[in-house]
Amino acid sequence: MEQFYWVRRRWRQLISGRGLYSAPASQPTKSSPELHNTERLPGKRRTVVARHGSHQHEYHNISKGYHGNRIRTTKYSLLTFIPMNLFQQFHRTANLYFLFLVMLNWVPVVEAFQKEITMIPLVVVLIVIAIKDALEDYRRYRFDQKINNNIASVYSGKHQTYVDQHWQEVRVGDFVRLSCNEIIPADMLLLYSSDPHGVCYIETANLDGETNLKQREVVRDLPQQCSELTPENFHGRIECENPNNDLSRFRGYVEHPSKVRVGLHNNNLLLRSCTVRNTETVIGIVVYAGHETKAMMNNSGPRYKRSKLERRLNVDVLWSVVLLVIMCLTTAIGHGLWLSNLKEAPFLITDSVSPALAGFYLFWTMIIVLQVLIPISLYVSVEVVKLGQIFFIQNDKDFYNENLDSRIQCRALNITEDLGQIQYLFSDKTGTLTENKMVFRRCTIAGVEYPHEENARRLEVYEQEDEAMGRSQTLKSRTSAKSLSCKSLSCNRSSLSLQTLTGYPEEEQEPPSPTLHQQSPFSSPMEKHVAPDRLLVQKLNCLSSPLFLLRDASMELTYIVDFFMALAICNTVVVSSPNQPRHVKVPEVSPTKLKSLDEIKMLFQRFGLPRFSALSPPHNTGSPRSFTRKYFTRRKATSFRSGELGSAGEPGADELIYEAESPDEAALVHAARAYGCTLRGRSVEHLLVELPGMGSLAVRLLHILPFDSTRKRMSVVVRHPLTNQVVVYTKGADSVIMDLAESPKSAERSDSMQGHIRKQTQKHLDDYAREGLRTLCIAKKVLEEEEYEVWLKHQVFAETSIENREELLMESALRLETNITLLGATGIVDRLQEEVPETIEALQKAGVKVWVLTGDKQETAINIACACRLLRSTDHLLTANCGSKGMCETLLLDLRKEVERREAERGDATDVTSGFAMVVDGCTLDFALQDDLKDNFLELSQHCRAVICCRSTPLQKSQVVRLVRDKLRVMTLAIGDGANDVSMIQVADVGVGISGQEGMQAVMSSDFAISRFKHLRKLLLVHGHWCYSRLANMILYFFYKNVMYVNLLFWYQFFCGFSGNVMTNSWVLIFFNLLFTSAPPLLYGILDKDVSADTLMKLPELYKSGQNSKAYLPSTFWLTMLDALYQSLVCFFIPYFALNGSDADLLSFGSPINASALLIILLHQVIESHSLTWLHAVVLVGSALFYFSFTLVFSMVCVTCSPPSNPLGVDKLQMSEMHFYGVCALTTVLALIPRLLFHALHNTISPSNTLKAAMMDQFNPEDYCKRMQRWNQTQAQTNVKSLITVEHSDIMIPNCDFRLPEELKEFGTPSSPVLS
Amino acid sequence: MMASSYNAKEEDGHVAVPVGGTIKNKKPDNTAFKQQRLPAWQPILTAGTVLPAFFVIGLIFIPIGIGLYVTSNNIREFEIDYTGTDIDDPCFNCSQSFSWNNTRPCTCALDFSLDHPFESNVFMYYGLSNFYQNHRRYVKSRDDSQLNGDINSLKNPSKECEPYARNEKAPIAPCGAIANSMFNDTLDLYYVHPNGTRIQIPLSKKDIAWWTDKHVKFRNPGNNPNLTAAFQGTSKPINWRRPVYELDTDEENNGFINEDFIVWMRTAALPTFRKLYRIIQKKNNMTPTLPRGNYTLEVSYNYPVRSFEGRKRVILSTISWMGGKNPFLGIAYITVGSVCFFLGVVLLIIHHKYGSRNNSADIPN
Repeated sequence: MEQFYWVRRRWRQLISGRGLYSAPASQPTKSSPELHNTERLPGKRRTVVARHGSHQHEYHNISKGYHGNRIRTTKYSLLTFIPMNLFQQFHRTANLYFLFLVMLNWVPVVEAFQKEITMIPLVVVLIVIAIKDALEDYRRYRFDQKINNNIASVYSGKHQTYVDQHWQEVRVGDFVRLSCNEIIPADMLLLYSSDPHGVCYIETANLDGETNLKQREVVRDLPQQCSELTPENFHGRIECENPNNDLSRFRGYVEHPSKVRVGLHNNNLLLRSCTVRNTETVIGIVVYAGHETKAMMNNSGPRYKRSKLERRLNVDVLWSVVLLVIMCLTTAIGHGLWLSNLKEAPFLITDSVSPALAGFYLFWTMIIVLQVLIPISLYVSVEVVKLGQIFFIQNDKDFYNENLDSRIQCRALNITEDLGQIQYLFSDKTGTLTENKMVFRRCTIAGVEYPHEENARRLEVYEQEDEAMGRSQTLKSRTSAKSLSCKSLSCNRSSLSLQTLTGYPEEEQEPPSPTLHQQSPFSSPMEKHVAPDRLLVQKLNCLSSPLFLLRDASMELTYIVDFFMALAICNTVVVSSPNQPRHVKVPEVSPTKLKSLDEIKMLFQRFGLPRFSALSPPHNTGSPRSFTRKYFTRRKATSFRSGELGSAGEPGADELIYEAESPDEAALVHAARAYGCTLRGRSVEHLLVELPGMGSLAVRLLHILPFDSTRKRMSVVVRHPLTNQVVVYTKGADSVIMDLAESPKSAERSDSMQGHIRKQTQKHLDDYAREGLRTLCIAKKVLEEEEYEVWLKHQVFAETSIENREELLMESALRLETNITLLGATGIVDRLQEEVPETIEALQKAGVKVWVLTGDKQETAINIACACRLLRSTDHLLTANCGSKGMCETLLLDLRKEVERREAERGDATDVTSGFAMVVDGCTLDFALQDDLKDNFLELSQHCRAVICCRSTPLQKSQVVRLVRDKLRVMTLAIGDGANDVSMIQVADVGVGISGQEGMQAVMSSDFAISRFKHLRKLLLVHGHWCYSRLANMILYFFYKNVMYVNLLFWYQFFCGFSGNVMTNSWVLIFFNLLFTSAPPLLYGILDKDVSADTLMKLPELYKSGQNSKAYLPSTFWLTMLDALYQSLVCFFIPYFALNGSDADLLSFGSPINASALLIILLHQVIESHSLTWLHAVVLVGSALFYFSFTLVFSMVCVTCSPPSNPLGVDKLQMSEMHFYGVCALTTVLALIPRLLFHALHNTISPSNTLKAAMMDQFNPEDYCKRMQRWNQTQAQTNVKSLITVEHSDIMIPNCDFRLPEELKEFGTPSSPVLS
Repeated sequence: MMASSYNAKEEDGHVAVPVGGTIKNKKPDNTAFKQQRLPAWQPILTAGTVLPAFFVIGLIFIPIGIGLYVTSNNIREFEIDYTGTDIDDPCFNCSQSFSWNNTRPCTCALDFSLDHPFESNVFMYYGLSNFYQNHRRYVKSRDDSQLNGDINSLKNPSKECEPYARNEKAPIAPCGAIANSMFNDTLDLYYVHPNGTRIQIPLSKKDIAWWTDKHVKFRNPGNNPNLTAAFQGTSKPINWRRPVYELDTDEENNGFINEDFIVWMRTAALPTFRKLYRIIQKKNNMTPTLPRGNYTLEVSYNYPVRSFEGRKRVILSTISWMGGKNPFLGIAYITVGSVCFFLGVVLLIIHHKYGSRNNSADIPN
């Protein structure tokens, strides 16, 4: 505490001395150009004053424009619903088209139907969508109500106390008091926390899904820091940014009446909808409320992507438009000619319209009549079908993850079919292919490698256990002290089994409660229990041995102690204890412990160079002797045995739960703990660390320079508890740390030592990488006080500036992290997720090119790629690492030549097993992505079966995806789990997020969120395939249906003088599309199943049909059109010839045409369907029955309705005549024969792979297995051929596989003795 | 958890989380429907599976076709064109001089002979060709409520009837182009006895319209038995010679419910059509309705068709269960049946050639 105040005093002196934060009036502007700048931009800032404080009079003026805390996420209100909703709906082109038709029908000269009839489609669509919108909006409204009426404790000026108010009444400037586990109602500045250190923890799960606790601090330097804050006494004036949606940024300052300014940053802000944890009471002042809160501003609606199929569909809709125009023109011209050939006829209504003008009018009439040709309802249907498909994807139990209790989330609703067309897959590595359960594996300290053999064995045991269990370790997160004690014995090999034995039943006893997992991420026992290395333990034991003072050994020992110290404190891990869930247990630090220990001090002094003695802090008094005695007695009592390292503190120490932002951190903290270096607590200013044998020490935390992806490292600045020096511990990627580590020359004494360490560590790092471990380097730096003070000034300036803060902070961090001393490195193992190799293999078989984009080292990446069978041992590895652009260019060309040469060589040989794989590092990737090289790069990549980009930044990831997507015009899928994958996920056609350990950013930006990588297999191969083929077939069917039906009307024009008349009642005409034939295609689109899920999983090759858009090619479209044309001809002309010259009236002629059209359309679907369930039967029969009963009833009850085409008696009469049925039967059969024949011939003579697979489904299980095996053999051969074809065609995706099995059969049989 | 509504995943409001999932467990139900495992019939159309269908169709259609063909051939039908386009035609003169408002009817007589007796009831049709009763604007030009006896519509005909809605100021009843252009030739049929006497054949005008039309759709305005009074204040259609209430003397067949009028009002589907004119009832089983011999058709020629190159015909026909004479359907059935049968054979060959191979298609060796 003392120290704490001292620092604050010092700090205050410092800033007041420099006057950096005194009033701007007295402050020369030159030292704070930033502040000056911001003042000139009053529009970009907001001022907040307390509502009930001294600024009350100003309050209303200032906060007039600020939003209240009431939120309204609804789009409409009761009054505005109809106009607003209509307005919204008429933004869609489809509805505008309908509207246009309705308007057209109002023009008397072109009027085709009664006015109300053309309005029906529009009205139906509008009503359906309006109802959907209204329901959604009502749901939102209910939510809003619920939220707005939440209760919060708000300070009331009238009552002079806190009273309960609804959230919606909270205003900017209000003081809000929150207790533990309450949800924060608005963005507030934290002014008071019941925590003595002035911190408070919040859980942002509601915001970003991250369940770990985040620490927030009270605004520093408030006068009433410790007593409960009284709002009246708050006179500060808060200046901050205008509301924005950046969750991780908040800048501003509080200006006290004394004109002292205190900088505000993100850590002072409590965000709306987060939950207060571990803190009894907090008080804050609202700065942003309601819609201006960061949470609300981050709230964006669902994503809208347009799928490839939809783009294709739009092209064909345009063709329909062309067709429509042609048909209308034909009719219009025909009408003109017909009219001009007639002079006077009793059936002509004479008016003075010239034939040409009449033809013009007729053109528009025909547009109304033939409107159905433009399949507007198709868009609505497609949306409905996709919703249905998503329903099934979400309900697939194979995507259910028991541990997380999560299913797949479909966040984009309209790209389901894109899943079936993926050609390139871009995958992140960590967390996507691997578990992202980081486990400390081994380390190197001061150039000595500690292999941690026991640890390796322990991991193996866990792995087996995992497989045996099926259920993952997450449930074990709360192992009790019992297993802890077991762990403490785990140095002996035998104890391993003991541990697993005891660990097991405990888990069994515990009821499965998945929520437990969320409470403590990154801390499964596998991650927590690290078996210490024996050698290292021995060395640590030296601390107590008489050899302790030996120079070299102790030198190394300082490294070791510092190393573990760094592991324990160089992080942002939040500590809590399980007994009081989510409540920080920071034991009060007794001042005695802070007093230094001579020996230890000496030890550190030796290492920390003599500066220390020069600057002995003044407060460091007390009796070192007593402590020494204490230390030694204690050491004896606990008798520093290896076994007790883990629980070196009080026996039966309560277990700590570490909550880290990244799993690596947690793993390292656990590792340090295994060596007795335990992080016990954390506050803003202090870290409580337990050192081996020394008990708890409070380490004064001066600064944290958080991790960022450009620096690739993080640092903490602490005052060392023992030496009282300012020490910087840095942890980061090996590449950066190795560069930053001081060069041997600059260090005088330890030059040889450092040089040696560097060399050795580098060697070990390479070994680790080869093993597939993630490596992190640990370094430290001792700062001189003056040095520190100079740096501190810059840092404080950077922290408090409003503009350019990020840049300044970065600069400041760079200034600090130089000339650091390398301590050692760690190797962390990240296991592959289950079934990753199988999944990758299946995807590759399915013709998906898999690229892995990772930030890891090249060796690590290659290793993992091998482990997940992305690379095979026979593959030729092309590595591209180069330092300059020129080199890169030549390298790419060389590689290409090489590849081409080898491929040419291999041309005849049947060496399919080996392909090419390219490994590119980040630097080279940068060059390769430049404009002039990217073509080369792509060309080369196309020869490769797999590409691995390592050391890539998030930006590069998205650049690569964009390059491939745009240049090769392929469907891309990006999958990742972390924030660094977000850009890539957003760029790809389909973004898949893995909801795993690293928060929810990836999930939030994804289209589909799954919990394991293996789910991708079923998602693509089964659901993707189904969705694509279903939707493609349904769309084709829709086109067919419309063209077929509309052409009937068109043919009739040739027999009614091109007058635009129809032979059907207009209601039946409109309903034909809207009611009678709408449900079957929907069902077809949702439920059709060409091949069973099992077969699709087993035969990934079937996926290729979707990739190559087999189901919906332009040729298929035109073939379907042709068939529709034929069918409509049959459907029109059979009744025509049967009734020509008879006494049939208009509707009696239309009746059999309509009926047979309906039968043809429905039966056509039966022919096209791949599977028919009872649902299909119900819908198909239902549609037919509906039509017949509707027309029948209509013809009986409609006496004067529907004037020009009154159906009274027509259908009743028709359906009582044999002639009607005779015509219908003939028409239907004749119309369907060609399609039936085509299918039969095509399927018999050259069946597609899909069909063959479907045939297999029908065999009994034994046959099925046999055939499956044989298929795979065949396919292996096919691959030979397709590979060869790829080589010859450059960019073409091989679409020859369609026929390949056939070919193979024809000339493969005699010439392939291999298989016979 | 309330605030989790701000979670974008819920906010987008579309995530179709089924209601079945309870809060504590989101595991999807393992039902056949949700897991897409509904038992299904998977039709795989190959030569082998399709060919029975072809044979069956062939075997069903050919007999039906033969039946239809025979039935159609058994129908006696006689057609005579009386348009009078040729100078030799008896009606040539009448066709030349034309005016809708001729007060003096032009009559002409056509002689013809029937080679075969007509045994059952004979239906007498008049046929028109090149007459587009299905023209869009023509079809619309009527007022169904007026025809249904609506007083209001009688006085204020629908604007669909324009320009035949009003004559001067008076509303036209029945309004519209269809009514205005009603066929108004009168046809009489005489049997010329071998001894030279002409016997008029009784023509029944009852039941020539649909029952529903006569009794439901068409009604005289008001319940006034005096039609003259009922149609008071209306004007006759311009081309008509008599007002609508003088179409017939029979009260049951007068006004809007005149069957000739009703038949005309049911607009034909195609430009060549026939409409039922009269029925010649069979007297008894002993004598045919129309015996073999010579006949005379006396036409009172009123209806102009020359202006649009139309033709007028009279058709005498018996009917069968399949309606009137039309050999097309029978021939079509026979053809389709034969084609199916032939295709069935082709498929059988293909099935033998490929099918066996196909069973092992995925197994090359």
